[in-house]
Amino acid sequence: MSLTEIAFYFLSFLAIFSGLAVILSRNPVHSVLYLIVTFFSIAGHYFLMNAQFLAAVHIIVYAGAIMVLFLYVIMMLNLNEEQEEKTKSWVKIAAVVSSCSIMLILVSLISKSTIVMGKAPMADDAGLVQNLGKVLYKDYLLPFELASVLFLAAMVGAVYLSKKETSKS
Amino acid sequence: MDQIIIYKIILCVIVFAVTLGAAAYMTWGERKLASWLQDRVGPNRAGPFGLLQPIADGLKMLFKEEMIPTHSNKWLFILGPSFFMLTACMTGAVIPWGAGFTIDGTYFPMQIADINIGLLYLLGVISIGVYGIMIGGWSSNNKFALLGALRASSQMISYEVAMGLALIALVMLTGTLNLGEIVAQQDADYAYIVYQPLGFLIFLICAFAETNRAPFDLPESESELVGGFHTEYSSMKLGFFLFAEYINMFISSAVMASLYFGGYNFPFQHELGLEGNLLSAIQTAVFLGKILIFIFIFMWVRWTLPRFRYDQLMNLGWKVLLPLAIFNIFITGLVMYFTGKL
Repeated sequence: MSLTEIAFYFLSFLAIFSGLAVILSRNPVHSVLYLIVTFFSIAGHYFLMNAQFLAAVHIIVYAGAIMVLFLYVIMMLNLNEEQEEKTKSWVKIAAVVSSCSIMLILVSLISKSTIVMGKAPMADDAGLVQNLGKVLYKDYLLPFELASVLFLAAMVGAVYLSKKETSKS
Repeated sequence: MDQIIIYKIILCVIVFAVTLGAAAYMTWGERKLASWLQDRVGPNRAGPFGLLQPIADGLKMLFKEEMIPTHSNKWLFILGPSFFMLTACMTGAVIPWGAGFTIDGTYFPMQIADINIGLLYLLGVISIGVYGIMIGGWSSNNKFALLGALRASSQMISYEVAMGLALIALVMLTGTLNLGEIVAQQDADYAYIVYQPLGFLIFLICAFAETNRAPFDLPESESELVGGFHTEYSSMKLGFFLFAEYINMFISSAVMASLYFGGYNFPFQHELGLEGNLLSAIQTAVFLGKILIFIFIFMWVRWTLPRFRYDQLMNLGWKVLLPLAIFNIFITGLVMYFTGKL
């Protein structure tokens, strides 16, 4: 096995293990911490595929910003095992049905796809910042701009919602 | 190839040792400087000029009784300070400490990892540095520690945004994210402080907030609020939290020196008539000198300015620095467009 294959198997094991631990651990804070580990292993996969920019941004945005806010909210609410809400039986049934159907879709997708493993599917320098920037700002300018407008709208919405609350109190 | 790997390992150890040693003697320097500013003597009992004081402090920390609060998760409690220390040490990997040496025709760079996303790596490490504080504060199982952790982490997240935007204006000028190249560019041209004075000011303020130094030392604020996220910590785990602050200070001084003040370059370096290894040795020394100046500024500010109030801190971060950073990007873009650099 080459070094990249070893890294691939290690990262995959880590991602699957921590992904399972996210849903299996009883303590919500532990779940969030396992989710952070999952994000790190996925960023490692990006590195293996030579997508360095994607890996770095994945760490900065997901692990560094979004998960911090997740952890923040969960710590503030201080959820404990004892305070766990009793879910109704029909909710449980609905959850089982929907997750089984997602499972079905995933299995059918994976069985039909060819597995590229432990090697870069793209050209060696496709994931570098310079090349990615050129593709984004030349070939995919409109979708990129649309996505940024969407983000701006979401930001304005968030600011508006928080403003509204402060003026009431 | 093997030679390079062995060399990189040696360089890692050297950078690690220098960082730790510098951080240890910064605690001594800080106390000496504080005593000088406050017109008193400062530590002078352990060794000449109190030079053995950091070693005495370290030994004291190691021999203190270690307490782990009941009902807290032991592993997370240990993970908190360890992670904080780890992220503090990780940043040193991308900083170019010198131009590199040539021995017997082999080139030995003075940078551990010459990656082309160096600046993003830096931002990534800074952004995950919050977890050490949050995990430590939460696993202490103490509401004051938790509040302290929330206080600290919200401060660090807020100032990360302005810091990142200040860096974007710099990246627009450099056209690269590689720290080695950014420093090399400042050899041919002026140091980037000339082009980015506002960006540097924003970065400096954010660096103070990120390293939890006064006037932004609200995460700790030992003289008015409860000690903060490390209330429940004792022994060397507390030492790690306090020590990591000095490492952060050292590393952020190095980052500021290399991004805005030319790194290891100094004026008229090519007119000296020196070449090769001797020149790069002087350059490394000059770089360390620049770092020392920034460390002095860090300490000088701490013993001069009073602490901010928490709402003032948040207002400064979101309502002053963030718009200023965006304005800086705008101005940089305009100037670049009209001078034809774009």
